[in-house]
Amino acid sequence: MSDLLLERLGTSWGALQALFCMAAATYLCRLGGVWLMDHLPPSPRLRRALGALPGSIIISTVVPLGVMGGSAALVALAVAMLVMFKLRRDVLALVAGMVTVALLRQMGL
Amino acid sequence: MRLTLPLLPGIMVFGAAFGAGAAHKGLSLFEAMLSSGLVFAGAAQLVSLALWQDHWTFGSTLAITLVVFAINARMILMGAALHHWFKTASPMWRWFSLYLFTDANWILGVRYHQDGGRDYGMFVGSGVLLWLVWLLVTVPGYLLGALVPDPKTWGIDLVMPIIFAVMLIPLWKGKQAALPWLVAAVVSIVVMQAVQGYAFIVVGALAGALTGAFMPEAQADV
Repeated sequence: MSDLLLERLGTSWGALQALFCMAAATYLCRLGGVWLMDHLPPSPRLRRALGALPGSIIISTVVPLGVMGGSAALVALAVAMLVMFKLRRDVLALVAGMVTVALLRQMGL
Repeated sequence: MRLTLPLLPGIMVFGAAFGAGAAHKGLSLFEAMLSSGLVFAGAAQLVSLALWQDHWTFGSTLAITLVVFAINARMILMGAALHHWFKTASPMWRWFSLYLFTDANWILGVRYHQDGGRDYGMFVGSGVLLWLVWLLVTVPGYLLGALVPDPKTWGIDLVMPIIFAVMLIPLWKGKQAALPWLVAAVVSIVVMQAVQGYAFIVVGALAGALTGAFMPEAQADV
C-alpha cells in the first residue's frame, strides 16, 4: 500500500498498526480460554471450577456495574431479575429492565 | 437467534455511539470501520478512543494494546466456560468462528446450553448478525456525530448487564451455587473499588470458580 492510498483512506501506518495490535489482542482473548481448556488435563476439580464459572462471570460483571450505575441501575437489574424469576420469560425481563432504567434516568436518577 | 433480536436496538445505539466518538476524536471513517470490523468489542473500542493518537510511537501502540487486552481478558474465562460447546466444531471452523465471540452471543449461548441446545450454528449465526450490525451502525454514528444520543440518557449502557442478570436466574441450581457467587460478588466489588479499569470481572470470576473447585463433589456435580 502506498502512502498516497493511506492518505486517501484517511489513515496512516501508525494507526493501522495500532488497530491491528488491538484486534490481535482481542482475538487472543477470544481464543485464549478455549485453547487453554484444550491443553489443561481434565480433573474433577477443574470440572467443578468450570461449573461455577458462568455464574461467577455474570455476578462479577453485573454487581460492580450495577453499583457503579447508581440507583437507577440497581432498581432496573432487580426488576429484570424479578420478572425472570416470576415469569421465566427472558425477553420480557430484558424489556422490563430497559424500560425501568430509561424511565428512572429520564427522571434524573 | 430469537434472543439476538431484542438485544439489537441497544447494540445499535452502542455501535453508533462508538462511531460518533470516533468522529469526535478525529479518526477517519475508514479507521472507525476497521476498529468495528477487526476489534469488534464495544467497551474496548470506546476506551481505546481515549488513548487514540495523531502520531503513533511504539509506546502508545503498546499502551493501547495492553488496555484493550485487559478489558477483553474476560473473554478468556468466557471461552473456557463454554469450551465443551466450542469443542464440537472442527478446529478450523472453531478458530474462525471464535472471531465472532462477543458478550452477547456468549450469554445467549450459556442460556441456550441450559435449555439443552447444542447446535453450534446458533453461536455462529448470532455472531455474524452482531458483526454485520455493529459494522454498519458505525457509519451513521460517525456521520451523524452529535445527533447520536448519549447511551447513558436512556440507560442503553445497561443492556448487557441487564441481560446478564436475567440469565443468572436459570443458572441458579440450588444452594451449591450460593457460595461461589457470593465470593465472586464480594471480590469483584472490592477489586472495583481498589483497582481502576475492568479487572474486577476477571478477578471476581476467578475467585468464584476457585471457590467452586474446592467445594464438595456431591453438591457441585449437577
